[in-house]
Amino acid sequence: MNTSLRAMLTACLLALSTPALTAVIHTEKSLYRNIVVYTDNDLRCMRFGRYDGNRQTCMSMADPQRMIFNYTRMMMGALYLNPAPQRVLIIGLGGGTLPSTLEKLFPSIQLDVVEIDPAVVRVARKYFAFDTASKIRVSEEDGRVFVKRALRQATRYDLIMLDAFDHEYIPEHMLTREFLQEIRNLLTERGVLAANTFSSSRLYNYESITYQTVFGDFFNLRDANRIILLRQGGLPDKAELQRNAATLADKFKPLEVDSDFLLPRMTVNKDWPSNTRVLTDQYSPANLLNSR
Amino acid sequence: MTTLRSWLVFALAGWSGFYVMAIELLSGRILAPSFGNSIYVWGGVITIFMLALSIGYLIGGQLSIYAPSLRKLGLILICAALATLPVIVWSEPLLDAIFTRVSDPRYGSLLASSALFFIPTVISGSVSPYAIRLLVTQLQASGKSAGKLYFVSTFGSAAGTISTSFYLVLWFEVNQIILGLALISLLLGVTAMSMRNIDKEQWA
Repeated sequence: MNTSLRAMLTACLLALSTPALTAVIHTEKSLYRNIVVYTDNDLRCMRFGRYDGNRQTCMSMADPQRMIFNYTRMMMGALYLNPAPQRVLIIGLGGGTLPSTLEKLFPSIQLDVVEIDPAVVRVARKYFAFDTASKIRVSEEDGRVFVKRALRQATRYDLIMLDAFDHEYIPEHMLTREFLQEIRNLLTERGVLAANTFSSSRLYNYESITYQTVFGDFFNLRDANRIILLRQGGLPDKAELQRNAATLADKFKPLEVDSDFLLPRMTVNKDWPSNTRVLTDQYSPANLLNSR
Repeated sequence: MTTLRSWLVFALAGWSGFYVMAIELLSGRILAPSFGNSIYVWGGVITIFMLALSIGYLIGGQLSIYAPSLRKLGLILICAALATLPVIVWSEPLLDAIFTRVSDPRYGSLLASSALFFIPTVISGSVSPYAIRLLVTQLQASGKSAGKLYFVSTFGSAAGTISTSFYLVLWFEVNQIILGLALISLLLGVTAMSMRNIDKEQWA
């Protein structure tokens, strides 16, 4: 009893001597959600809603270039499919990790960003050093509306990054076959698509079959999230991937993105039932499927 | 008024409430591919539905002055169902045409929901006041009848909202749901119209 009491006391003292360095520094109610900016030791993070599990983005204050999440690392894997994109569209901003990184890596790149929530753009600018002195074009509107308009203006991108989903709510009109067909038409001949999607729940199968229907085979990168990487006109072979990885190695180093993590994950791994129903504009209960 | 007949009036009003909210929820989905799913689109959709209902109430009240009958109430339901059917066929080309001219989600969604849903919703709106007229037999009980009818029709709306958003979209395609809803309306309308023979004795 004496020892357990001592153990408890020690535990209490330890807990007291290493105070948690988390502090909320900004909260904002937007049209769509509650946005919370907080610091966690060296990290500054943005989350939507009350719960910690819903982190959207984090940035290291000491080393802002370093990527914190594996999902952003896997999104950067898109560059192994095209190591020198000229014109890029990013749908869904968060803290702006992806556009900020791309701009730093490729100073002459042309970047369009679409974010539905003006408050997220504001917070990214103020707290996450997004777009401070750059020529990134930011459109505050629904991603599908942007895509539709861009198609009519005959704009084309050689890289599109889809990062518009969080775990609380999915815009169902941006998961459908018709939307992906619009995205495909917006890509150049060898254009690359990187999509941050869901790895668990029934939605995984539905999403997989929908992407496959529109694009054919894709690299199916899995971690906590699932990232889909694909290229129009066919995926690169191993040799090409390795070549591009070598070209990019220096650029990726400060991001802490490395090929030992990415390359083994770049496989076409069709692990969903082929009779799954395709999501369409007529049938897209993504939120209901995600809750199961 | 016989019990069966008043039950039928309530059924028609309750179903009409169900119908309007089910269509309203689906309208958000129909507009999303063109105008997105932002708060503006829902703002536009709800505005048009409320506006249409308010005008429908006026018209329904006015119609109830002239020889009201269960048969005519059935006809109103049939008209609302038929007026919804073009949505299935024409929503895509129509939305495309509107998007070309007005791609701002606010005014685009206002225009699109007006073009697709205004007329059927006006017709649906006229059901409630018309039904009240059929139920009221004496002045003292008119408030009670109106209260019951509001209950039934709004309860129907609640049921239409939850069943569409929680279940129907998981089982069916949008157009299948619309078609199914319209068929049920037609069925109820025809049932009400077939009651016409005893109708005359009641409200002549």
